Amino acid sequence: MEIPFTVAERPDTGLNNGKIGIWLFLASEVMLFGALFASYLMLRIGATVWPRGDTILNVPLATVNTIVLISSSVTMVMAWASLKRNDFGKFRLFQGLTILAGLCFLGIKYVEYSAKFHHGLLPSKNTFLAIYFTLTGLHGLHVIGGMVVNGYLWGPGAKLWKTDPEHFTNRVENSGLFWHFVDLVWIFLFPILYLL
Amino acid sequence: MGDHADIDRQVRTYILVFVSLMALTIITVTISRFHLPVPAAVTVALIVACIKGGLVASYFMHLISERKLIYWVLGFTVACFFAVLLLPLWTHYDPILNH
Repeated sequence: MEIPFTVAERPDTGLNNGKIGIWLFLASEVMLFGALFASYLMLRIGATVWPRGDTILNVPLATVNTIVLISSSVTMVMAWASLKRNDFGKFRLFQGLTILAGLCFLGIKYVEYSAKFHHGLLPSKNTFLAIYFTLTGLHGLHVIGGMVVNGYLWGPGAKLWKTDPEHFTNRVENSGLFWHFVDLVWIFLFPILYLL
Repeated sequence: MGDHADIDRQVRTYILVFVSLMALTIITVTISRFHLPVPAAVTVALIVACIKGGLVASYFMHLISERKLIYWVLGFTVACFFAVLLLPLWTHYDPILNH
């Protein structure tokens, strides 16, 4: 038996199940990152000294990462738009670019983290580094999770396009919503940690 | 056919939003180099971040044309977030005993 309302809208919510589901999940993610941002605020205002982000962190690298992640959001939404235009080839291209951009982001993060560790700047060293690694580490895990889902939809999951293209398009839209959320978190993380 | 014109219009919007996001990123990094006093720096940085976040949410996440139910879900979530943010701040500043 098929799961209902994967394409058709439910009469009570006016949405398909996937969409309401992903938005409820994103609401829980807002609380997760929101609580950590609130922790950052409390730690900072309670501290006697707090370093300016650019004195410890690599702003040029993080700026590149911001550009990479924003670009990946564009390619993600273009992947969905390609499916709406019935162009599966373009979907594959844009989805592939999104995954590559995610890899690039993680690569730059790896360079940043390893430089920190090489200089003995560990999370245990001070409160600033503890909250920096917690926030960016959790964000990095979300990037990995998003890439796994995007990779599945680019690869084996794409079989659904042949049997139920609308359902597949909705899946891509929902994974896109998660990916845009990951970008949105970074849009706030970047100035808060690196520029202030 | 109407659908295709719709998607074409949306794609043009996505490109416009992308250019805006790049410009705002450059603006926020440039302003940070002036080392403004902390309150001003925080205000400017958060305003720019909110504009960028608003663009991503409205256009890439299609929130601008979403159903009311999603707005209710997000509205409730944002209210809870501000409670989580402001209640500890309130206890820290202790306005009752610390006037």
